Amino acid sequence: MTQLIIKNGFVYDPLNGIDGEKMDIFTSNGRVVEKVAEKQAKVIDASGMIVMPGGVDIHCHIAGGEVNAGRLLRPEDHFRDVETKTPLTRSGVGRSIPSTFTTGYRYARMGYTTLMNPAMAALEARHTHEELNDTPMVDKATYPLLGDWWFVLEYLRDDMIEECAAHVSWMMTATKGYAIKIVNPGGLEAWGFGNNVRDLYDSVPHFNITPEEIIRGLCKVNKLLNMPHTIHVHTNNLGKPGNYLTALDTMKCVENLASEERPVIHITHCQFCAFKGSDWNTLKSGAEEISKYVNNHSHVTLDMGQVIFTDTTTMTADGPFQYILYQLSGNKWVNHDVETETSAGIVPFRYKRKSFVHATQWSIGLELALLVQDPWRIYLTTDHPNGGPFTSYPKIISWLMSQVAREKMLKKINKRARKNSLLPSIEREYSFYEMATITRAGQARALGLEQKGHLGLGADADIAIYNINPELVDASKKYKRVRDAFQEAAFTIKGGEIVVRDGQVVKSVSGKTFWVNPQVSSTADITSNMKRKFREYWTVEFENYPVPESYLGTSCSIPVEAKV
Amino acid sequence: MPVVSNVTCPVCGSFCDDIEITVKNDVIVKVKNACAMGEAKFLNYASHRQTKPLIRKNGELVEVSLKEAVQKAAEILASAKYPILYGWSNTSCEAIRVGLELAEEVGGVIDNTSTVCHGPSILSIQDIGISSCTLGQLRHRADLIFYWGSNPWSAHPRHIDRYTTFAEGRFQKSAWRGYLSRLTGILSKKRLHRAVNLGLGRQTPSPPETELRLPSTLLQNKRKMIVVDVRKTRSAEIADYFLQVKPNKDYELLQALRMLVRDEELDVDKVTGIPVETLEEIVEIMIGCELGILFFGLGLTMSQGKHRNIDAALSLVRDLNRRTKFLIMPMRGHFNVTGVNVVFTWQTGYPYAVDFSHGYPRYNPGETSVVDILCRGESDAALVVASDPVAHFPNVAAQKLVEKPLVVIDPQVTPTSIMADVVIPSAFVGIEVEGTAYRMDHVPLPLKKVVEPPTTCLSDKEVLQKILGEVRRLRRNHN
Repeated sequence: MTQLIIKNGFVYDPLNGIDGEKMDIFTSNGRVVEKVAEKQAKVIDASGMIVMPGGVDIHCHIAGGEVNAGRLLRPEDHFRDVETKTPLTRSGVGRSIPSTFTTGYRYARMGYTTLMNPAMAALEARHTHEELNDTPMVDKATYPLLGDWWFVLEYLRDDMIEECAAHVSWMMTATKGYAIKIVNPGGLEAWGFGNNVRDLYDSVPHFNITPEEIIRGLCKVNKLLNMPHTIHVHTNNLGKPGNYLTALDTMKCVENLASEERPVIHITHCQFCAFKGSDWNTLKSGAEEISKYVNNHSHVTLDMGQVIFTDTTTMTADGPFQYILYQLSGNKWVNHDVETETSAGIVPFRYKRKSFVHATQWSIGLELALLVQDPWRIYLTTDHPNGGPFTSYPKIISWLMSQVAREKMLKKINKRARKNSLLPSIEREYSFYEMATITRAGQARALGLEQKGHLGLGADADIAIYNINPELVDASKKYKRVRDAFQEAAFTIKGGEIVVRDGQVVKSVSGKTFWVNPQVSSTADITSNMKRKFREYWTVEFENYPVPESYLGTSCSIPVEAKV
Repeated sequence: MPVVSNVTCPVCGSFCDDIEITVKNDVIVKVKNACAMGEAKFLNYASHRQTKPLIRKNGELVEVSLKEAVQKAAEILASAKYPILYGWSNTSCEAIRVGLELAEEVGGVIDNTSTVCHGPSILSIQDIGISSCTLGQLRHRADLIFYWGSNPWSAHPRHIDRYTTFAEGRFQKSAWRGYLSRLTGILSKKRLHRAVNLGLGRQTPSPPETELRLPSTLLQNKRKMIVVDVRKTRSAEIADYFLQVKPNKDYELLQALRMLVRDEELDVDKVTGIPVETLEEIVEIMIGCELGILFFGLGLTMSQGKHRNIDAALSLVRDLNRRTKFLIMPMRGHFNVTGVNVVFTWQTGYPYAVDFSHGYPRYNPGETSVVDILCRGESDAALVVASDPVAHFPNVAAQKLVEKPLVVIDPQVTPTSIMADVVIPSAFVGIEVEGTAYRMDHVPLPLKKVVEPPTTCLSDKEVLQKILGEVRRLRRNHN
């Protein structure tokens, strides 16, 4: 039985309202407890350090078919960044698409302990889980792509919400998924023949349904199934000038499905759909309009999708968008369409400071985070690796916490982008408390992960300790100090065990895989219906499709009581 | 008699998963739905089989206990300075994962059969990318199907039927009726030829040639299939059109097509013997299709030009996407050769030819690929799993392989296992043990266990775990 006492740290635990209070945290058997006897416990002296719950990443592409295709595509990405084998850790390669082991170690070194892999083609679910099994140090979950699944399109077209919900629940169980992911709804089906949809009201070819109906339908399904997270939406028209209107339409279209102030939709990597202007030349930030809407409506949560000036690898299920990106960049391009379900694309990309468009994107991401007033409804991401690798999170933390840091970067970016940027007019600087909110507490709450993102009694003992004294260090001025502290955690504690010390992995642990298991009443009907249509729709047999629970390294199912 | 259904077929890259197997007294007696290759494997896998571990003593392979064989194998690998670990495409991903851990532990080079197969395709994908899909996408949507340098009718027998031309999809209907009438035509034509030849006293029929005028079926608004190859294969016979390319001239033909797709003018009359007018018509059909697919096989990857050929093919398909939707897919051979690339890549970042001698993964095919290492005589031991390099490698490489200590883990007796110093027979994955494998389009499917393995045979995964454990023990003691 491992017991820990973390003494004298400045604790930031937003879910329990603790704002930098000097206090002790006790853990026993992988949980936070009220007290343990000092004799039996290992004591960590955290005086002069920050203690936070382990980091939670709501959206990072770390495993599965498209991530691995990205790894294969880019040996040049790996050559300059390697991890040598140690007695405790496996070797690997890094940069924008690290190998699985390296991904786990590097997140843990930054104090992150829970990761959400946001794009899994259901047909290739086994692949995603195999990779998650090989991603150590963290708990994880993955979202199946369901916005263009033929069953969803057909049932929603015929207004059969309950049947749709029952089938989505089958899929959640079959793929061991965690949330409903929607990517460019309708657009991916159209991409099957090389087309796309124009906006929320365009008809999906051959299916007589609009993206709006898909989003609304799945939002209702999500409620019927009582899922812990909202629908997780990558909007139509992503990455196109003027698309902030599509993003606003997407948020608005589920406005009347909200109740009790609870969010019903998560707009992911919002930076990529906050573009104003009619073409690349007139590109402007739509962050003001979007944040204004979000500040006035409680049914939406966002994550940033911040851009970092670096060489990275873009990968989304949005096949048509990735093709546009290929045409824009002229870089190598991977496309992978998945029968009956979805698509995927990959293009290496370099964000340059001196590029007007890239610099504007950089500004938009930060504007969003600073203009959305409620830190509980915007989360820090880069849409890893799309905006940049997750290892750049500490940079973003320093930009959010320090106007000086922002100004320093502003001086270096494209002149026209600088002139247009709203950043000079924003004085807001995040506090450590707010930072803990957007990097763990808020994300855990949005995901409905009750054991994560806080240090209250009974919470999982996933804890990050950063070597920085909030009483002595002014984050606004000493932003480099802040960045360094968040880059390498002094301690990362996973399930009550010290796994990282001074930025080095000292113990390798495997971590759990969460999945949602909706309890529906009519499983027999769905199974027989699916079975009947299976051979028509897919090229694999019904029995070979579901991922058995034994396939998951450490399975952790979350049963939810569905209303169908 | 118990019938096991939905069994995946551990033979080719099509990895059909609808096989029905009847088992009587733990012996497979009947196989339904499989092609000739699949059926042959399920019915005959157990014949000519070694089930006890062997070690070479005084020049002879003699039976030993598993423990002794594992011990010997571990000693060989642990004491080697630069061992190679090769094979992997015919085993499960679970075994491959252990193999990678073992390679890392001993600081060796791990490589798989792609190195002598679709390795050039991978090099090209790393340069250009690939516009691809899962096979069902083609079944539902593809109306123009190219097989280039591959002969699915013989090598992937159910590919056409399950996934492409003869498959029934949501937006595209099966073209098997057209095939039936064509087949009747072919047969009567053959009979006629034979009669004429007999009458004239000729020995050989005249060589097939590309018809210069495209058949009318190519212009119709329905599913069509075009085969490009150096000879008229069985697949070419059933195709709507056969385009005969001169040996080693694929690159020229691909680049010519690419120029036409890009609206550039060709200043020659013929390309590899085919009139430019004919190529122009073909390009018209390519551009006019709703969704096209180009499957390519070793005819393209292993003929002159190698990865340059694939560069041209990938670029042609990429360029076609400006005008329509077009996809491309390598026809992978072994049932889990795609899987081995997948597992290598997620653990090390690289799909084959991974060198752990520096403590981290290095990749530089030509330097870190096994054939090149063997030819340079750099390795000092080898572990071969589920593969037969002695029969397939260049002579020099095979010689160097067997000169040094060689460990083989394979359920079958092969030329490689006969030359080995340690042989550990394993159970047949997909027949006697479970696992995971990846179809050629990256769809992962379960390998099933339908009968019990011999009591003396463990799975590849278990054997490898034992060796890894033993290697670690030896190294601990050594330190």
